[in-house]
Amino acid sequence: MGKHLFLGDEAIAQAAIDAGLSGVYAYPGTPSTEITEYIQASPIAKERGIHSRWSTNEKTAMETALGMSYAGKRTLCCMKHVGLNVAADCFMNAAMSGIHGGMIIVTADDPSMHSSQNEQDNRFYGNFAMIPILEPSNQQEAYDMVYDGFALSEKLGYPILLRITTRMAHSRAGVVTRPQKEENPMSTPADGRQRFVLLPALARKRYKVLLEAQDVFTKESEESTYNQYFDAPNKELGIITTGIAFNYLSENYPEGFEHPVLKITQYPLPRKMVEKLAAECKEILVLEEGFPMVEEQLKGYLNKGVIVHGRLDGTLQREGELNPDAVGRALGKKIESFYAIPEVVEQRPPALCQGCGHRDVYEALNEVLLEYNGAAKVFSDIGCYTLGALPPFRAIDTCIDMGASITMAKGASDAGLFPAVSVIGDSTFTHSGMTGLLDCVNENTPITIIISDNETTAMTGGQDSAGTGRIESICAGIGVDPTHIRVMVPLKKNFEEMKTIIREEIEYKGVSVIIPRRECIQTYARKRKAAKK
Amino acid sequence: MKIDIILSGVGGQGILSIAAVIGEAALKEGLYMKQAEVHGMSQRGGDVQSNLRLSDKPIASDLIALGQADLIISLEPMESLRYLPFLKKDGWLVTNSQPFINIPNYPEMEKVEAELNKLPHKVVLDVEAIAKEVATSRAANIVMLGAAAPFLKIDFEKIEEGIRSIFGRKGEEVVEMNLKALKAGYDVAQSMQ
Repeated sequence: MGKHLFLGDEAIAQAAIDAGLSGVYAYPGTPSTEITEYIQASPIAKERGIHSRWSTNEKTAMETALGMSYAGKRTLCCMKHVGLNVAADCFMNAAMSGIHGGMIIVTADDPSMHSSQNEQDNRFYGNFAMIPILEPSNQQEAYDMVYDGFALSEKLGYPILLRITTRMAHSRAGVVTRPQKEENPMSTPADGRQRFVLLPALARKRYKVLLEAQDVFTKESEESTYNQYFDAPNKELGIITTGIAFNYLSENYPEGFEHPVLKITQYPLPRKMVEKLAAECKEILVLEEGFPMVEEQLKGYLNKGVIVHGRLDGTLQREGELNPDAVGRALGKKIESFYAIPEVVEQRPPALCQGCGHRDVYEALNEVLLEYNGAAKVFSDIGCYTLGALPPFRAIDTCIDMGASITMAKGASDAGLFPAVSVIGDSTFTHSGMTGLLDCVNENTPITIIISDNETTAMTGGQDSAGTGRIESICAGIGVDPTHIRVMVPLKKNFEEMKTIIREEIEYKGVSVIIPRRECIQTYARKRKAAKK
Repeated sequence: MKIDIILSGVGGQGILSIAAVIGEAALKEGLYMKQAEVHGMSQRGGDVQSNLRLSDKPIASDLIALGQADLIISLEPMESLRYLPFLKKDGWLVTNSQPFINIPNYPEMEKVEAELNKLPHKVVLDVEAIAKEVATSRAANIVMLGAAAPFLKIDFEKIEEGIRSIFGRKGEEVVEMNLKALKAGYDVAQSMQ
């Protein structure tokens, strides 16, 4: 117990440990990574033997977490927003089966796309699965919601979706912690087969139960101390905030609110509170971090009745994260800035580190592909090597989702494109590339797959990679001809050899896997520093 | 007491260590604090910034509003200019004078200096040179913290305590080196005002 300076992610991790967590399951992804890393580094977690090893992807993470919950223990499953797309199959059906031990699923959304390919708002997933959502407005609430959230999950019998965004995940503030709880004993659900075997006949029954539970969830939101109503004199406008939007609103009213405010941090929407606000105020402004989800719910399709302002009518910007100025503007406040950014200031985009092996791979690949007069296309993937899109390399043509490099190259090859080259990292390959490789092997697709192996999950800070030391045997096991699994060391001195290998494998009319392998220079430097001590 | 600070630089220069030390010092002063930082893709040699807010009253927003920052602390001169829209009219800018050039189109230094010169309140100093003189160039970020210390409204001793608790587990030698760097930055900035 005591007061600590925690990132939002760390507050969530500590709360889970304090609440009797038995296992965290996750795949690294900004801005969620620090939750699992905190638990991995926690001495108490180590002493208790709390599971914290990285999973191969978000789907395996969520299924494993559900298994641990089935066995009665409290479990946490963490991912970035797009990770929930990968885990969505299990996620949707865990709402059908329900849980046994308390289960909290953390989705760390990234509005403004600081480190992501889209800004999807995963509260929609919570509504889609029809389970309760918690969306803390500050680090202390994040702690308390997780600390109490396992008990809430167990009381309701369903997983809870905890939604945070970048500014909550990666902002530090003082957090008061609470007493350590014991872990749950192992136990399995008495009605397990009725709930966890989702055969159609049983699933239909479960769906009715889930539908009936909706009123219970709404009542829970209405009684939740996290959803608060603040009265104020000027009822021309009533304001609804969700999550951290409350902070930006408060920042604009340091002396107290002018209009009534409904602060929402637990869903489904607390119907009675929303009705009260609508009855008392002429118009409603919705401030939410993410998509206009609440705004759409209030407006309905025909937009009759109460006038609702927000992102849909342009009162707030349609895209990007909120900040005090965006909220201030929506409220008609005067925003003053005294100095402009001088014209001399240039963009400084992120880049591959000096000395990084991916650099050597792209240099060699670019030279070989010049020989094909622009016909070659490079289908790439999610990781540091995505930065190969930027100058000086400009080496890749696509980056869509985890694993799509191999499968998109296959589709293009099926359409007649040659050469079709994939560039994927080792961790992304084991995350979602292996199944696509099997598709290629089964059809002997003429494709060249470069698994640029730096033996870590580098972009998120160097977490363990699930297939380290076994990439060749995995490819051979899937059925790639071992003579077309080529390993090379991406270094300047091997430049000609690399080019020869790439050229030979492009010309081979079947599945080739090239594995340029050299440890990430960041993890290498860190290990060397640690060894010195 | 309330102070809003923007820390800026290039990924890897050590702005988060500055934030961590100020955070420790603020905690020892019993202040409220919020500090938003950037992780992930943006760290790979790109521009980085952190919003640091301290107050004796609870703080609402994690982010600083336009025109509201009391102080910009930057480890890189061009990066210090990027956040000018956030600076108060009478706010201070404290920046390293030495450019970090990892882009082909980095502007001419005279132009960057001319922009810095337009500002009414600034401290521009070569933190790497000072760090090398008293300790090692690796402590450049702590020299910068020392230079910004007079603006922080926190007792200098509390910042020294912050250094001790942040670097304590790295050994007494590292602590002493950083304390020296802190003092050197503080002295140089004092003599410049």
